[in-house]
Amino acid sequence: MNDNKLTPRGNFIRTFLLVIVIVVVFAYGFQVTKINLEEPKEERRQTQLTNVIRALAHPDLTKYETERLAVNVPIMVPCPDTQFTLPDLSQPGPSVTLSAECAEPGSEITVTGTGFEQSDNALIFFVPYKADESDEVQLPLSDDVEIDEQGNFSHVVELKKDRTSENPQKIRVVVNRRSGFPMPSQTVYDTIEKIIETVFLALIATTFGTALSIPVSFLAARNLMIQVTNVFGSLVTVIAIAPIGWFLGSWLFGTIGGWGVNLIVGGEVPATAGLWAPALLLFSVQAMASRGSWAKQLTMLRSYSVGVLGALGVALAWGLVAGLGQVIGLGLANVLGPFAFLGNFLFVISDALAIFLPLVGGLAGLFALVSLAGVPTENMLLRTGETILSKAFVVLMSILAGGVLLGLPAALVTWLYQLSNPMTSIGWPAVIGGALMGILSLAVKVDRPMPTGMIAYYTTRTVLNVLRAIEPLIMAIVFVVWVGIGPFAGVMALMLHTIAALGKLYSEQVENIMLGPIEAVTATGANRLQTIVYAVIPQIVPPYIAFTIYRWDINVRMSTIIGFAGGGGIGFLLQQNLNLLKYRQASVQMIAIAIVVSSLDFISAKIRERII
Amino acid sequence: MLEVKNLVKVYDNRVLALDDVSFSVQPGQFLAVIGLSGSGKSTLLRCINRLIEPTSGQIIFNGTDITAAPQEELRRIRRRIGMIFQHFNLVLRSSVLTNTLSGRLGYVNPAWSLLNRFPKEDMQRAKENLERVGIGAKAHVRADALSGGQQQRVGIARALMQNPEILLADEPVASLDPVLAHSIMNILKTLNREDNITVICSLHFLDLVQRYADRAIALNEGKVVFDGLPHEIDDERFREIYGRDAERIG
Repeated sequence: MNDNKLTPRGNFIRTFLLVIVIVVVFAYGFQVTKINLEEPKEERRQTQLTNVIRALAHPDLTKYETERLAVNVPIMVPCPDTQFTLPDLSQPGPSVTLSAECAEPGSEITVTGTGFEQSDNALIFFVPYKADESDEVQLPLSDDVEIDEQGNFSHVVELKKDRTSENPQKIRVVVNRRSGFPMPSQTVYDTIEKIIETVFLALIATTFGTALSIPVSFLAARNLMIQVTNVFGSLVTVIAIAPIGWFLGSWLFGTIGGWGVNLIVGGEVPATAGLWAPALLLFSVQAMASRGSWAKQLTMLRSYSVGVLGALGVALAWGLVAGLGQVIGLGLANVLGPFAFLGNFLFVISDALAIFLPLVGGLAGLFALVSLAGVPTENMLLRTGETILSKAFVVLMSILAGGVLLGLPAALVTWLYQLSNPMTSIGWPAVIGGALMGILSLAVKVDRPMPTGMIAYYTTRTVLNVLRAIEPLIMAIVFVVWVGIGPFAGVMALMLHTIAALGKLYSEQVENIMLGPIEAVTATGANRLQTIVYAVIPQIVPPYIAFTIYRWDINVRMSTIIGFAGGGGIGFLLQQNLNLLKYRQASVQMIAIAIVVSSLDFISAKIRERII
Repeated sequence: MLEVKNLVKVYDNRVLALDDVSFSVQPGQFLAVIGLSGSGKSTLLRCINRLIEPTSGQIIFNGTDITAAPQEELRRIRRRIGMIFQHFNLVLRSSVLTNTLSGRLGYVNPAWSLLNRFPKEDMQRAKENLERVGIGAKAHVRADALSGGQQQRVGIARALMQNPEILLADEPVASLDPVLAHSIMNILKTLNREDNITVICSLHFLDLVQRYADRAIALNEGKVVFDGLPHEIDDERFREIYGRDAERIG
């Protein structure tokens, strides 16, 4: 307990000072944010506001079919000297009379109409004489003429000064009459199309974002990562050969998979494939050999060889499948008519598969080389400890690892800043890194446990924090540059932000799990994976689902405005209409957004009730 | 059958939890481990199945050194040792049946178990074990819908699924009322007598010790201060174990 009791007077002074400080802060804040109540009171502003609110309250939802009705009345302009007869242009329906049968150019006459509908909009035109009626033009003489409840109107018009003729000319009253039922306006159709795009934007971004954030969340969970350690010797070995694994794997998969794709799509295989055949044959033979006293040493090598062959086979099959998918997809798109999008979907997926081939190959190569070199090295070093041989090996590997550790970032910097001499800008850091690591490895024991898990943890956490700080709208700008304006950029931006946000939320759940059930399941003799499936996952599923639904709500809202940055969806349409001051159309978009967001909110609340 | 030799455990913050603990356990014994909270009882039990790694010393189980066993062998040893816990340690969102079946995880094919598929015999055994501890009717109920006593029974059924030779019980009744405590201890005693399962049980209350245990070991600040028959714990011994100011309850 704090014994520091202020006297009542002291308390009062302290409170008083606090209030003064708060007032000063807010006064300054009002100044900085330029809060000004004079501006809104100006009449100009009030009028604009009224107009905008009225437009927003009157959304452009319907359009009516209109029927055009024209009533013609003949007139002589100018009045001829001789007797004249006017043609009879009367028709059933509304009729129009003039105050005179002829008039001088530029004079005024009164046009009177009867038998109209009050809801009609009448326009009065002057139709000059043309020998061929199809050449006729209408020259406007008035704006909208109001028609009273009896269906009559009377309007004074000024005749054109320059249209004279010996032949009868016409005064024409044109009415656009609403007929038929109201139909949805074009705005409504456009809005619906865009809303559908928006909802799918949110759906795809949330689905893929959720899936990808699950493995990320394990990497960002402290209690899991702290258990992952490797000895120093195997860590440097893995770092040293990882790039080799990556490049080898991505090149192998890219090439062989590429054969597969080209075979199906193009129908041919590059000539270089032929060079590979003897090499692969030798490799296979060696893989199968198992006779003799070398058999035992060869067994592990053999299983790895078979594994590599299998992987290359997978690459080829992958390429074949990707090529097949593209061909079938395109074919289906041509045949399926309105369902062409299914064919296109297949094509895009297969195309993506083909593009991902080198990436997957890189990862596979990385993984293979890491387990081929890393695991045996770790076991060996744990067994032998620090000997002359193991020390020499580790020092060598450290030098290589140091080269990689400084060389790769140096390569990135060289590319980013377009440094002129790559040999020095990459070479020197690599050499320095190698030297530093070599010296370091002399001081460190070969079997010293290194907290590789925690390194992964801190890296992941930092990356996630940075990404979370960047609003999806801003990410969308970058993606628009990369993949073009449209919903794809929006999907990418939302997906990335989803991974960052969910990765952190999920990982906090993993960190909060009860250890008791994990203890209990481990005590039964379960292995690591079984423990995770039986003790960890049941504990994290409810909060995972809750967070996913939460993120889905956010993504729906974000997807409605990501169009403001070029990310497609209804925001795009809304922004256009606002810029063009078409508030009646913008109102339709706002209504659509409100409906979609609230109904999806409702649905997700229902889902949450059911599942949690 | 179980031999603990010079077991030492020092935690990272330099707390000495176990100080040169040695004793041996005969098959079929009901051994009680008593002592103040923090005297090392839980640490001792968890060292036996290496949920906690001992700092030094040896634990020999049926001739095999648990402390030196590599990962795979440790799994095989662990499945012969069942354990129940003070806070039951059930997976609350899973059903009682799934919790019970998880006792077989050390024995079944890993791949199938990941998909929650267990052999029919195991399903049958699980239901029988649940009947045996008295909650056969609750097999498909979610674990968090059970009371404390019921959850502990599930814990026992889970341990039974392992066909254990030893059952470690870490203060199994500390969270239960006296009536429930007796019924759980009765179950353990029955398993000890009928199935010949060796029970090593840490307890707080001496009346339970004297009623159910064949033998008692007392720890005080990590050292063994008593190793003998329960009825030998008179008032003097009591104070040695629990401290000068301790008073007996019940």
